[in-house]
Amino acid sequence: MFRDRRTLLVMFGLPVVQILLFGYAMTSEMKNARIIIADNARDVQTGQIINKIKASPYFTVEASVVNYKDVEKAFKKGDVKCAILFPSGFGNDLLHHGVAQVQIIADGSDPNTAKTIINYLSSIITDYQQQSFPAATLPYKIIPETRMLYNEEGNGSLNFIPGVMALILMLVCTALTSVSIVKEKELGTMEVLLVSPFKPVMVLISKAVPYLVLSFINFTLIVLLSVFALHVEIKGSVFLLFAETTLFIITCLSFGLLISNTTGSQQTALLICMMGLMMPTMVFTGFMFPLENMPLPFRVISNIIPSRWYYIIIKAVMLKGLGFAYVWKETLVLVGMTAVLLTIALKKFKTRLQ
Amino acid sequence: MMNDKVIACSALTKKFGDFYAVNKISFEVDKGEIFGFLGANGAGKTTAMRILCGLSYPSSGQATVAGFDVYKQQESIKKNIGYMSQKFSLYENLSILENIEFFGGVYGVARKEIKERSNTLVDSLGLQNEAKKMVGSLPLGWKQKLAFSVAIFHRPKIVFLDEPTGGVDPVTRRQFWDMIYEAAASGITIFVTTHYMDEAEYCNRISVMVDGRIEALDTPANLKKHFSAKNMNEVFYQLARGAKRTNE
Repeated sequence: MFRDRRTLLVMFGLPVVQILLFGYAMTSEMKNARIIIADNARDVQTGQIINKIKASPYFTVEASVVNYKDVEKAFKKGDVKCAILFPSGFGNDLLHHGVAQVQIIADGSDPNTAKTIINYLSSIITDYQQQSFPAATLPYKIIPETRMLYNEEGNGSLNFIPGVMALILMLVCTALTSVSIVKEKELGTMEVLLVSPFKPVMVLISKAVPYLVLSFINFTLIVLLSVFALHVEIKGSVFLLFAETTLFIITCLSFGLLISNTTGSQQTALLICMMGLMMPTMVFTGFMFPLENMPLPFRVISNIIPSRWYYIIIKAVMLKGLGFAYVWKETLVLVGMTAVLLTIALKKFKTRLQ
Repeated sequence: MMNDKVIACSALTKKFGDFYAVNKISFEVDKGEIFGFLGANGAGKTTAMRILCGLSYPSSGQATVAGFDVYKQQESIKKNIGYMSQKFSLYENLSILENIEFFGGVYGVARKEIKERSNTLVDSLGLQNEAKKMVGSLPLGWKQKLAFSVAIFHRPKIVFLDEPTGGVDPVTRRQFWDMIYEAAASGITIFVTTHYMDEAEYCNRISVMVDGRIEALDTPANLKKHFSAKNMNEVFYQLARGAKRTNE
């Protein structure tokens, strides 16, 4: 039994990895949420509330601004997950009129996270209220007005759709491509192809192209379903959405090519792709559990998972309606990953021949 | 290097670390010859064949195949050879015609030619009724015969056959060799490896590899005389039993 290392790895390795992944990633707490503060009042009261926010482990203050425009920009760039805005005269209103307003805005494209953040902020405010005005004869009240940006209806499953898209494309493309190449190896047809004038790079391309087309069709189906059955509208450019998706599909295909080089049996290839990739992709893409919550090593690892970048792009284009200017960085990362994966895959393929 | 010989090797060597898979082999093959390349498992036959097919680089020594150098002209070699192995012949889930079309195309045969020749091929094998059927539905012997026809479809100068008749019944094997004779008569050189010693008798000349070297190279008749053997089986046995490495 101990000689069959691969099966042992699957039997013991996979569950261990999965428990670690889920254990560390899965927490409904939200830590280090980046918040931007717009304080138009700049009085003692706002100062005190802001200090509480700063002191809280749940928030990291990204910036303090004055303009609403800056707040908007920060959300578009994806720098912050929430914002709190104090109107001018906040302290005055509170002390003299007994009522003051504050606006809380959260990034609604991740509804569950947003709701948690809003709750935290509200409770900080309530805390402050109770601490500062304990034996209140006048009912001092701070009324938070909340907004879920990009998701006014509070559609709870909004972020799942891009997340699931990323997951499906990643798993299916990778699995199918790698299995098809390994199949040729198993059957022995690969040998014959290599003896023929067929150049090795053309063999790889000819394996990948059909799946590119199929995945594209697959993606179109998913989008149609999302729009018409789940009522999620595409706020941004449809062209950009499909262009970025094509890039991501190519990245996944390259990954599949690479995996196919490492194994000789279809079963192993399928196992690696489906089971081995599924958990890490689900966890590290960041759509089930927020990446900010995870310990540092996880956040570092998530950087090399292509679907993580694609998830950001797809959220930005589909849910926030943003243009290429906001996603060029992530696009570049995907392009880079594809180039690296393809180079390694091709090199390994050629070395096997020698 | 002699360029009129279809295959010419001189001191061809391939080593992996300290292990000499192929150890300074030298031989030549003439056009239209049926050359048997024999040896026990692990003797180095497959490695040598891979070099000659342009699939791998030798560690040292010289070789040309169809006049092309194995170091610098691997692509040209590939265009001018055919290949068939026991393990695989054709794509099982494509039809006979589709397989012919595919391999014809890969070797650069013009479309019209493919059409004409494939009809001739199918007729000559008597497979007119099966032409559109999946190759997977054919019995093994037919698959191998078909595979051989496809391997020489593009009229290569040499065809490499790696244990082509493994697992095939004696009658079909005889028919297969009839096809080989026909191909050789039309000018295609046949380079075949086999474990069936009776097939060795069908070859013009044979070489026997043992532990990476060629221990014998001659016509079957001469070899039998030299080793005082009744048949090739005995010749092979005398040569191979001294081998130090077997890789079953």
